[in-house]
Amino acid sequence: MSLWVFLQDNLSMALFLTWEHLWMVGLSLLIAIVTGVPLGILITKNRKLAQKVIGGANVIMTIPSIALFGLMLPLLAVFGHGLGKVPAIIALVLYSELPIIRNTYIAIKNVDPALVDAGRGMGMTKWQLLREVEIPLAIPVIIAGLRTAAVMIIGIAAIAAYVGAGGLGVFIQQGIARSHEAMVLAGALGVSLLAIVVDLGMGFLERRLTPRGVKA
Amino acid sequence: MNMKEGTFIDQTVAKGVRFLLVALLIITGIAAERIGLVEYLSDPWEREYVLFLVRQHLYLVAVSMALALVTGLAAGIIVSRKRFRKFAGIVMYVIGLGQTIPSLAVLALTMSFLGIGSKPAIVALFIYSTLPIARNTLAGILSVSPSIIDAAKGVGMSPTRILLEVEIPNALNVILTGIRIALVINIGTAALGYLIGAGGLGDLIFTGINLMRTELLLAGALPVILLALVGDYLLELLGVIIVPKGIRMAA
Repeated sequence: MSLWVFLQDNLSMALFLTWEHLWMVGLSLLIAIVTGVPLGILITKNRKLAQKVIGGANVIMTIPSIALFGLMLPLLAVFGHGLGKVPAIIALVLYSELPIIRNTYIAIKNVDPALVDAGRGMGMTKWQLLREVEIPLAIPVIIAGLRTAAVMIIGIAAIAAYVGAGGLGVFIQQGIARSHEAMVLAGALGVSLLAIVVDLGMGFLERRLTPRGVKA
Repeated sequence: MNMKEGTFIDQTVAKGVRFLLVALLIITGIAAERIGLVEYLSDPWEREYVLFLVRQHLYLVAVSMALALVTGLAAGIIVSRKRFRKFAGIVMYVIGLGQTIPSLAVLALTMSFLGIGSKPAIVALFIYSTLPIARNTLAGILSVSPSIIDAAKGVGMSPTRILLEVEIPNALNVILTGIRIALVINIGTAALGYLIGAGGLGDLIFTGINLMRTELLLAGALPVILLALVGDYLLELLGVIIVPKGIRMAA
């Protein structure tokens, strides 16, 4: 009940924090897509390189997020960005790379060679093959990677409130500090809801963007 | 010709990487000294405190992981039995939904219901690590090829023997991956346990951030990273030792 009262009193704040949370996650995903997808495609040509890149991204994933923030703080403090949105977005991009690179790599690798052969037989160039055969067939798996990344970094963005990045984690942080239970609940439920909604939305997108021929 | 060129490039790259690693090590050492980490850790009282926090952290991880292992494996195995198999889809869906909920939110929610201290933190860690273990146990057993199970039935194995000698060994790779994921998440989330009064290495990280004292921050962050990497590596090693040879080859 007190949660309801709290939300009524702080609606504009809640909306602002949700928006802040969303754009941090969105921007990070965008950066991760622009860097990760080409990298994922590139490493399909070289198995050794692929192992190294994916292994490296795996090590980053193993590093706990709050420890990564701690590690970056003194490094970025040199440039005057130890706290705030910069370390948060760097961390969010780093964590989203693994699912994006890995899924792109696996998706392109798993495209039926017969289809690529057929394309080549029709006289397609390498670029055409990539753009018109391999990428469209790989899209569902790439989106699945994006979905994993999005859900994960929504949670990490909540922790980033502790390095001053804002977002819905602020409610959790402030609520715990002030023993304000309704505020903690608003933050925790808000972040969870956001993650679930984004997960469902991306799941829908995943199904919509699957080429009709592949669905069968 | 081409091959030689390739090995030459590989060797040069390997040399470069080795050089970079040594340089990184030296720079880290100098940085640690400059920031005051070395001084901080050579103070016997402070060192004692850091070690105390490491033990506290390990305690949180060990208790919650032990509980999660038992519950996750049991849940995964029970749902994969013939009688409950029709619920497998729903169970997977619920677990997926649970995994969507961010770790900080799980901790905060547990705190609102159970209060502060190490018990609520252990409950939160336990719930959060049970999910990947149960999920992978279930998925691993369900993915065992039916023809193998048929063969086991054909040679007259009892259901219990089929489970212990056919299904679990065949699913071991997937199950171990689930345990690895759970352990790494657990170690990282335990660092957040400080926020709900459970102590652990998060104490140093959050105090370091609040006071802008880099040496405290690193004295907390570096052991957490090390714990996660070592835990992950040890479980990978365990996988190499206990996963049956035939399955490892196929994987």
